[in-house]
Amino acid sequence: MTTLQLDQLDGLTKLTRPAEAREITCIYCCDLLSLAMAQAPANSAWVTVMGNRNTIAVASLADVACVILAADTAFSDDCITKAEDEGVTVYRTAAPIFETAKRIDLLL
Amino acid sequence: MKIYCDLHIHSCLSPCGDDDMTPNNIVNMARLKGLNCIALTDHNSCGNCRATQLAARQAGIGFIPGMEINTSEDIHAVCLFPDCDSAEAFSAEIYRLLPNTKNKPEVFGRQLYTDWLDNPAGEEEKLLINAAALSITQVPALVKQHGGICFPAHIDKDANSILAVLGSVPAECHFSCMEVTPRYQPESRPDVEAALQNCRAVVSSDAHYLWDIAEADREFILTGDELSQLVQKALKNT
Repeated sequence: MTTLQLDQLDGLTKLTRPAEAREITCIYCCDLLSLAMAQAPANSAWVTVMGNRNTIAVASLADVACVILAADTAFSDDCITKAEDEGVTVYRTAAPIFETAKRIDLLL
Repeated sequence: MKIYCDLHIHSCLSPCGDDDMTPNNIVNMARLKGLNCIALTDHNSCGNCRATQLAARQAGIGFIPGMEINTSEDIHAVCLFPDCDSAEAFSAEIYRLLPNTKNKPEVFGRQLYTDWLDNPAGEEEKLLINAAALSITQVPALVKQHGGICFPAHIDKDANSILAVLGSVPAECHFSCMEVTPRYQPESRPDVEAALQNCRAVVSSDAHYLWDIAEADREFILTGDELSQLVQKALKNT
């Protein structure tokens, strides 16, 4: 699947401006950035509740396909700008981490 | 005069703080250890600072009112203030940013207020160790509005430290100092050493029990930075 399919998913809002679609090969769930930095697989859809500027830095470093902020995690305008600068696509959903990952897993 | 400080101590108001961590027990243990200046930094509250300040004046040691805030990222940071009025005003703001979760004393421990003679003065019902709805990137500005300074706590720990949670110090955060634990070993932590470049390393005990309060074995050097100014002010008021 690609990020284009996430764009269509109910309850998921894209926070960053439209960008080129990325292939998603797996899902990764982690909120500790020091761990995500070492273990997030490239091309994964990373589901997290860590809405910090460093989330974008780690996403870019690990080359994930996109970041999905679960549980309505706050994300500042600065962070959105940073994500766009880094070419990281960010979505947000009210659903918790597990439910979010499970829904995307069905599409893989 | 050589100065010895412990700028991260919990009282019985922190659920995980021992019930024996009362104002007079804390300041007198600090005095016995040969410390000149301490800060009281309970989780998300400055509620026992005024009582402890009075006890510290009585004991003749310097006192800085403070808080160990738990940010929305679950990062702990030490916030220090020039006086109790500022600390309490900040504390009231943080209280509103905490979720309305009731403490379960049998699980987390009691959250006890005391007066300056160590008499019980009520119990806090809201759980204080929760995360406040404030990002680590927003904390310095809010603390500054109240005349204080803040710095990340125990950055060499695996839990609740800015380095463990975020992987590195966010670029927009400019801390003039950061705290490490007394057990910190620079040679085994190049990541911590990198974070500490151009930054003062403050060694504090994070004591939750009386016996954990720091020894007078690391001299605090006055450099003229904001932290030095707070320490100097506290020493002047003894």
